[in-house]
Amino acid sequence: MYSEKVMDHFMNPRNVGTIEDANGVGEEGNPSCGDIMKMYLMIENDIIVDAKFQTFGCGAAIASSSMATEMIKGKTLEEAWQLSNKAVAEALDGLPAIKMHCSVLAEETIHKAINDYLIKQGRESWGEPASCSSCDHDCDVCCE
Amino acid sequence: MCAEVIETDKKIVYMDHAATTYVAPEVMEAMLPYFSVKFGNPSSVCGIGQENKTKIDEARAKVAVAINAEPNEIYFTGGGSESDNWVLKGIAFANIRKGKHIITTVVEHHAILHAAEWLQSQGFEVTCLPVDQYGMVSPLDVEKAIRPDTILISVMYANNEVGTIQPIAEIGAIARAHGIYFHTDAVQAIGHVPIDVKAEHIDLLSLSGHKFYGPKGVGALYVRRGVRIHNLIHGGAQERRHRAGTENVPGIVGLGAAIERAVAVIPEESVRLAALRDYMISELLKLPGSHLNGHPTERLPNNVNITFEYIEGESILLHLDTFGICASTGSACNSASFESSHVLTAMGVPHEIAHGSVRFTLGEWNTETDVSYVLEKLPEIIHKLRSLSPLTPEELR
Repeated sequence: MYSEKVMDHFMNPRNVGTIEDANGVGEEGNPSCGDIMKMYLMIENDIIVDAKFQTFGCGAAIASSSMATEMIKGKTLEEAWQLSNKAVAEALDGLPAIKMHCSVLAEETIHKAINDYLIKQGRESWGEPASCSSCDHDCDVCCE
Repeated sequence: MCAEVIETDKKIVYMDHAATTYVAPEVMEAMLPYFSVKFGNPSSVCGIGQENKTKIDEARAKVAVAINAEPNEIYFTGGGSESDNWVLKGIAFANIRKGKHIITTVVEHHAILHAAEWLQSQGFEVTCLPVDQYGMVSPLDVEKAIRPDTILISVMYANNEVGTIQPIAEIGAIARAHGIYFHTDAVQAIGHVPIDVKAEHIDLLSLSGHKFYGPKGVGALYVRRGVRIHNLIHGGAQERRHRAGTENVPGIVGLGAAIERAVAVIPEESVRLAALRDYMISELLKLPGSHLNGHPTERLPNNVNITFEYIEGESILLHLDTFGICASTGSACNSASFESSHVLTAMGVPHEIAHGSVRFTLGEWNTETDVSYVLEKLPEIIHKLRSLSPLTPEELR
C-alpha cells in the first residue's frame, strides 16, 4: 500500500517535536478526517533554519509531515511557499490516490506557518491558503 | 495491509478473523475433489452431475441443522452481501401491496444500508433506528417504529466492528406479533453464538462462509417457508427456481463442512475465546486514555475493539504489522474511505476518538501466547505515536 520511502519516514519520522521559541507556527487539519498537522518554524533572515512537526494521523500524514519538514529546512520563505503537495508526494515515491490529501495538508500547514511568521513580523501575509478544515474529500486533489 | 499469513521466517499473529478466516484444512480437503474429478454440473443428467446434486443437498441439511431451520428453507448465494441484497430488494418488491416501509438500524453492514438507500431512491421508506452508547438497539424503539405499512424489520445479529450482540429474540417476538417479516444479518454471529431461527422468530437470515473457516464467495439465505420474497438473480432453475446460476459446488460443500464444524465447537470455543478476549480487554484498559467500544458483556466472544486516544488507527495498524500482528480499524471495508466508522459515530463516539479505534478479532489459532505478544508490543507503539501527536496531553508524552 505504501512505498518504502513512506514507511521509512513513518517508522523513523524526522523533525518530530516542537520548537519552543518558534517564530512561525501553523496548524491545519480536521479531526473528522482523522488528521491534524502542526508545524513549528525557526526563521532567520527569511530562511527556515529549523522545522519541526507534530501530527495526529495515518501513515501517509506522518510521512508527509516528516518529508515536508526535511524539504523546507534551509530554504527561503519563497522556496518553502512554492513547495507543492505533488513534490512532497513525489519525494515519498508516491502516495495512494486516496492519501494525496495528506500531502495537501503538509503544503497548507507550511503556508499557515509562514503566514504566521509574516504577520508576527508586521508584514502582510501571502494570501489565504485554501483551508483543509472544511475538507469534504471531493476536491481535485483527493480525486486525482 | 497485512503480510501473508503463511510465512516461515516471521512471526504472524492474525487477529482479524471478523474480516475473513482461512479455510480450515479439513474443509479444504472436503472441497478439493469438486474442483477437478467431481466437476459435474448438478443440473446435468449424467452421474457425476447427479452426485453433486446430492452433495449440495447434504450441505443444505448441515446449514439447516446449524440454525434449526428446515433444509428446504436454505438457499445458497454468492455471500453475505448477496443474501442481504436479496432480502431487502426481494421482500420490498414482493410485498409492495402491503406497504413500502422498512425498519433497520444505523449500525448495519453497508450491504444492508446501501441496499436500503437504493430502495429509498425507488420510493420505499426506511427508518434507521439509533443505538445506545454500546451499539445496542432497543426493542422498544423497534416497536415504536412499526407502522401499518411496515413490511420488513432487519437487525443484524452481532455487529462486525464492535461485536455488540442485539436482542434478536425480543425483536423477533415483536415482529412476529405484528405480522412483519424479521431478517437478521448473522454473518458475524454464526459459529460464535448458538442461533435458533424458530425460537428467535427469525424469518430470514444471511450468512457467509468465510467468517467461520469456510471459503469466500459462498453464503446462504434462510427464508422461512411461507415468506413472500421475489428472486434477485434471474435465470436457470437452480436452488429450486429461486437463485439462478450454476452452483458453486466446491464452495457449497465447503460451506456445509465449515458450518457443521463451527457450530459443533461453539460450547468450548466461545468460552475459550471469551476468556482471551476479557483478559486482553482488561489489560488494554489499563493503558491511560484507552476505552472499550461496544457492549461490555453482550458482545461476540472474539471481539476486542479499543480506542486509544490522541492517535489514529491506521498508524497503529502499520506499526502492528511490522511486528507481524494483523488487526483492523473498524471494518476492513472502510479502509479506503476517510470517514470514521459509521458504527462508532452512531454510538456517539466523537470523530477524533473514533479514528483511534483498533479491532482485534480472535480465532481458532490464537493462543494466550499471541495475546501476550500483542500486549507486549502495543504500549510502545501507542507511546511512540502519542509522542508524535499534537493532541497528546503533556502527562502522556
